[in-house]
Amino acid sequence: MRRLPLAARDALTNTWLVGPATLAMLMFIFLPVLIVAVLSFTDYQFGARSFGWIGLENYEKLFGSALGRRAITNTLLYVAIVIPAAVGLGLLVALGLHRMMDWAPQLSNVLRSVYFLPVAATLVAMSVAWQMVLHPSLGVVNQTLVGLGGEPRNWLSDRSIVLYTLAVIGIWQTVGYNMVLFLAGLVAIPPELYDAAEVDGAGGNWSRFWTVTWPMLGPTTLFVLVITATNAFRVFETVATLTQGGPAFASDTLVYALYREGFVYFKAGYASAITMVFFAVLLTLTLMQFRIVERRVHYR
Amino acid sequence: MTSQAVLELRDVTRRFGASTVLDAVNVTVRDGSFTALLGASGCGKSTTLRIMAGLDRPTEGEVLLSGENVADKTAYERNIAMVFQSYALYPHLTVFQNIALPLTMRHLNAFSRVPGLGRLAPGSATARELITKKVTETADILSLADLLHRKPNSLSGGQKQRVALGRALVRDPVMFLLDEPLSNLDARLRVKMRSELVSLHKRTDRPFVYVTHDQVEAMAMADQIIVMIKGKVAQAGSPRDLYDRPADKEVAAFIGTNSINFFEPDDGLGQMNGYPVNALIGIRPEHLAPAAGGHFGARLETAEFLGSETVLGLRTERGKEILAIAPGDYPVPAPGSEVRLGVSPERLHLFDRQSGKRLNAEHAR
Repeated sequence: MRRLPLAARDALTNTWLVGPATLAMLMFIFLPVLIVAVLSFTDYQFGARSFGWIGLENYEKLFGSALGRRAITNTLLYVAIVIPAAVGLGLLVALGLHRMMDWAPQLSNVLRSVYFLPVAATLVAMSVAWQMVLHPSLGVVNQTLVGLGGEPRNWLSDRSIVLYTLAVIGIWQTVGYNMVLFLAGLVAIPPELYDAAEVDGAGGNWSRFWTVTWPMLGPTTLFVLVITATNAFRVFETVATLTQGGPAFASDTLVYALYREGFVYFKAGYASAITMVFFAVLLTLTLMQFRIVERRVHYR
Repeated sequence: MTSQAVLELRDVTRRFGASTVLDAVNVTVRDGSFTALLGASGCGKSTTLRIMAGLDRPTEGEVLLSGENVADKTAYERNIAMVFQSYALYPHLTVFQNIALPLTMRHLNAFSRVPGLGRLAPGSATARELITKKVTETADILSLADLLHRKPNSLSGGQKQRVALGRALVRDPVMFLLDEPLSNLDARLRVKMRSELVSLHKRTDRPFVYVTHDQVEAMAMADQIIVMIKGKVAQAGSPRDLYDRPADKEVAAFIGTNSINFFEPDDGLGQMNGYPVNALIGIRPEHLAPAAGGHFGARLETAEFLGSETVLGLRTERGKEILAIAPGDYPVPAPGSEVRLGVSPERLHLFDRQSGKRLNAEHAR
């Protein structure tokens, strides 16, 4: 039997190794995205036998209707609160626990696990706990408020505060994860840099942080920012379990609206349009990470 | 040496938990000197340097800077510059900003250091001018002028090394501490930087303390070498002292390019006239040369021709392996043939067999 030339054999091996994965990616990622993109220009409903082309009508509905805009602004507001708070608190907790490693390593480890618990726990289950905590009359929060002489509030059914309540729960859930990422970043900072900073006169807490810690955490911070942002944009579980977007759509968010339109009202066309918008936001975020910011934080 | 002591360590001991890293170390660094702390890894030389710098505190003992106890002074307050083995440059700052950092910390307050906004702070313009002037001068000395706007990650090892030196140089410190500064450079560059460091030392006229595990570096640059072994100062002295009169057999083994030959009394040198039976005899390979009427014979096993010299590996009749160095033009006999080796008596080192301490020839006789 004649053997194939080396180049052909290499090409065959490459096809063997890369082919299945590529095929799976095309089938399970690109194809569905394509279908969703196509559906977003139709009035298709789940189960229907036919659909009509309606052009950009779905997008007009999302950006034009009060309800659609509500979902978008709510999501943006939620993200605008959760990102800085979750990243800032995560960094703060990580700095504190990292320092504590020097004088109370065991306590530091215990606290680390405590902060990480919300990440490990199922959010749906934790929502039940939050419902108890925030219960208007029996909840710990209101009882404490009353005990301190404050006014009890309807945390989950007051239109003006429900979104902030959800944001706080979102922060509570994200801080632990961000903390773990920041801790890993802190451990990776070469100790000689701190020595150099001390010799150079930047040994005080404040100047140490700005001269060494913060710049060296640049890549970590960027990663944490992107992760937190994508998670915040995807907010769903708390909305679905605690408020169902209510009261009066005061806590309606993009993904919850997507779920409602697609899986409750079976408006597949409209849901696809929401998905495409959502997809575009996440894609922009990711591209921003790779193109703009990454070059600046790796100091090349 | 009559010059004044700039820095003194008095009975400095440092323990980490149960392990004693430094054990009652005494070191004196005099004005204008170039001191090398020489030792194998883990001997405590880097800890000694960190204690000098103020990055670490002794468990016991005193650190005196110009006669004053500096126990409660930070590294910065001592105004000692340090160059780190890994260079420890700030990767987010340009070369200019890296070199300028000690000055910006000194001359600008927190508000003036804020990028952009800080320029509005009163008095910061003159301070900035001064900083720019000093950094430019320093960069010229180290021929870094073309690199001032680059980031450290785009520099070669040698260039990073210069930036680290620049950062130390710019602040005009009372002394320089260098922690194995050349160990990350390739061999050729290392030799070049060696002479640059020496000329930098002459130029600044400040004491240098140089940590290294490479005895060649120490011998080439220093006027005082402190050999540290297992957390103790084994010997301190000039390179010639250490080479000619090592205080014990470990120092003798550490100093010298070719490792010294040790002969136990029953290794076949016992018949050498006039020498005691119970001393350990050390002979450096460069003092052991083929000679027609030599003191003893050994069989040739290997010969490495290095141009200016030939390193001979031999074995005595008792099976002891030894090294000897012959001149480059020595006609190497066939392997296995007997070579007579000669040594001049004043080149012998005698050590106590139990303690390893040096014995004076007169004592041992």
